[in-house]
Amino acid sequence: MSISIQSLRKSFGSYTALDDLSLEVPDGSLTALLGPSGSGKTTLLRIVAGLEFADPGSGRIAFHGEDVSAIPAGKRGVGFVFQHYALFRHMTVAQNIAFGLSVAPRSSRLQAEEIRRRVMELLKLVKLDGLEGRRPHELSGGQRQRVALARALAIRPKVLLLDEPFGALDAQVRKDLRRWLRVFHDEIGLTTLFVTHDQEEALELADQVVVMRNARIEQVGNPQTVYDQPRTPFVYEFLGNVNKLGFGNDTRYVRPHEIEVLFAAEFDPSTDSLAQVHHLFSAGPVATLTAKLHDGQFLDIELSRRQLAELSLSVGDEVAVRPLVAERVR
Amino acid sequence: MNPRSPITESRAVRFVLITGAIFVLTLFLLLPLFAVFAEALRRGWEVFFAALEDDAAQSAIRLTLLAAGISVPLNTVFGISAAWLITKFRFKGRALLLSLIDLPFAVSPVIAGLVWVLLFGAKGWFGPWLAERDIEIIFALPGIILATVFVTFPFVARELIPLMDSQGNDQEEAAVTLGASGWNIFWRVTLPNIKWGLLYGILLCNARAMGEFGAVSVVSGHIRGETNTLPLHVEVLYNEYQFSAAFACATLLALLALVTLGLKGLIERWSGHSSTGN
Amino acid sequence: MACKKRVIPGFSLSLGVTVIYLGLIIMIPLAALFLKAAGVGPAEWWEILTTRRVLQAAKLTFGASAAAAMVSVVLGLLVTWVLVRYEFPGKRLLDGMVDLPFALPTAVAGITLTQIYAPNGWIGIHLEKLGIQAAYNSLGVFIALTFIGFPFVVRTVQPVMEDLGKDIEEAAATLGADRWTVFWRVILPMLTPALVTGFALAFARAIGEYGSVIFISGNLPMKTEILPLLIVSQLEQFKYGAASVIAAAMLTVSFLLLLLINLLQRRMDWQHR
Repeated sequence: MSISIQSLRKSFGSYTALDDLSLEVPDGSLTALLGPSGSGKTTLLRIVAGLEFADPGSGRIAFHGEDVSAIPAGKRGVGFVFQHYALFRHMTVAQNIAFGLSVAPRSSRLQAEEIRRRVMELLKLVKLDGLEGRRPHELSGGQRQRVALARALAIRPKVLLLDEPFGALDAQVRKDLRRWLRVFHDEIGLTTLFVTHDQEEALELADQVVVMRNARIEQVGNPQTVYDQPRTPFVYEFLGNVNKLGFGNDTRYVRPHEIEVLFAAEFDPSTDSLAQVHHLFSAGPVATLTAKLHDGQFLDIELSRRQLAELSLSVGDEVAVRPLVAERVR
Repeated sequence: MNPRSPITESRAVRFVLITGAIFVLTLFLLLPLFAVFAEALRRGWEVFFAALEDDAAQSAIRLTLLAAGISVPLNTVFGISAAWLITKFRFKGRALLLSLIDLPFAVSPVIAGLVWVLLFGAKGWFGPWLAERDIEIIFALPGIILATVFVTFPFVARELIPLMDSQGNDQEEAAVTLGASGWNIFWRVTLPNIKWGLLYGILLCNARAMGEFGAVSVVSGHIRGETNTLPLHVEVLYNEYQFSAAFACATLLALLALVTLGLKGLIERWSGHSSTGN
Repeated sequence: MACKKRVIPGFSLSLGVTVIYLGLIIMIPLAALFLKAAGVGPAEWWEILTTRRVLQAAKLTFGASAAAAMVSVVLGLLVTWVLVRYEFPGKRLLDGMVDLPFALPTAVAGITLTQIYAPNGWIGIHLEKLGIQAAYNSLGVFIALTFIGFPFVVRTVQPVMEDLGKDIEEAAATLGADRWTVFWRVILPMLTPALVTGFALAFARAIGEYGSVIFISGNLPMKTEILPLLIVSQLEQFKYGAASVIAAAMLTVSFLLLLLINLLQRRMDWQHR
């Protein structure tokens, strides 16, 4: 089910959290809302869920063309996973997952037997079979995260909303769970919107990345596009490392791996600059070289360790650096 | 001997401080508590039980239970409602409301009684109107209940507000997105999370309600066997120089205090609630 | 913004219940008190409040309350320090007992303290030999108010002291400060806001205290009569006006004091942030 957001405004007192914001989330996509804290991404997610309301008279939210702005959160059919999971502490895993089904109005409530079957199905889906009797405090972070997901899915939501889904997890668990969520999404095909401040997470996981800053959207596109063709300096700097070089009034951005390093003898004045090796760092999958240009600016360059070995450079050597692409952004 | 840690005191200083503290606590807490029981039994068990079986004492006990039995539930409902309002919503006047809830803590019990006399007493605002209709409030049960309610007003709310504040609204919001009604959210999500704090508040509220003296004294009229609560009965006996009987009845109230403290300790242990006092 | 939408249900219900109940139980009665007092008229206020009996009672009430709250701070700090920092047998029991004055009905506290400090009582008899009369004297009022007040200090300071990080004291020690200096220059300033709060709570409670005082004080007009008792005696003579004026003045003073201490404390909190 697609989500369509049109000219949404939200302010808290004099502070503007969302400024006339519009966005289309395609049916079945996995979309990331990416931005630094305070960019409005969580507010947007909460408004989509119905946990927060846009300023009166502004904007409209539609699920598959149907305006849901006036529908309360409980009837909107959204699955929401909270940043810290918000599991019911006093309930078992099974009771947590069953909650949404057991509080449905009597007329549409499922039989107890049917609820139990559904819970077991969900436990299997999120790979937690056998843990139904545990309580939240007996689970690891990653397991809690999946219980929260199963609980949100139990009510068969039209869209799934995740607030910083991996924010509270350790680096390794985070990586595993990220991969698992991608596969999981492809299996169930539910339109999913998630909030993150981690650019790597957004790029790796999402079909569509929405970069936000200061209550506005900076750029929307697939990961490739936003990374390779950033529309604004902010997007350039926020997504991955970048060298920012100033030439008079002109600012150029170049990513560290998009620079070729050559011997000074191969210097071509039409494309290259001369520089001095300032620092070398090669403990890792890629080597990093910091070069100092003649005008005093520093340039970070990433190259494979083999390339570095072939050049056999040491600090102080003169080299020619050649940008492969040099994007100019206003 | 190991050298002393840089952030503790020498043995001598520690000994002096511990002894001092134990002395203060013994003198101030244990001695009075012990004295209640010693005075009560000074003239033997027979006098002790006679004092408790006395009709006036029995009626005082019944009245105390009745007054607490009505005021505590009222203040519990209010406490839950106020805590829900204060912690779940942001609205204009919230800070004002919060300080108004604390107001009775700053009001002398005597004044808590006085206000009801001014409203409903024989020479009070509604006095003549009530007299015409033969409705008794002051010097009767309703007055005692009103005074008790005033004095114990903030106890449950005071206990719940910081607790619910620290728990945040995530779980309630999660329940909302899962389609739960307000009723369901309260009974199935909020209440299980606050049950120990609620019990704690009710316990303190009850102890104060049963033991209240000043406010009730002003509105009761001290009619023996009719409007004397247990603390008032103790006062009457004491002023009549029936010391053993007075202390015998006082042991019941001291036991109430001890049971309250015991249960409070248990709740703290079960729930991990720290002893942050009132 | 007439009807703002709210996510969690129950706003109108809880607002209604809370405001109506607060209004009926607290606000209307207190308003009645101030209205009654206002109805008496300024000339008579002055007359009532400046009689020697009222002035003496006010002096005793505020004086003894302040002294008791002061001593409560000192005793409370000692007890808290020992309960938080040291291990000794019976500690848990004593810790639990600190709340006794909260839980013990004031009338029971009153008659018991009187019995202990009376000239023939367990402690009174020894004080008598020293020529000190505790019960039926202003000293008795002070003792009762300290009994009521010092748990407030312990329970306010205790959580703050438990949260004081060891690292701060360790840092001070590595910088060469001795234990005494660490206490005065590092620990005590950090506890000050809590001590002030404890003082304020003990003081506010003491001003209004009735049950634990009236037995031990002896209630001699002009000598050992406290303000709350004076209100009761006015009331017993059906002098509603005079009782209201004294009560309103007392409430005004304690509200103002609490407000002042609140502001003071907020400032200190801010300094220590």
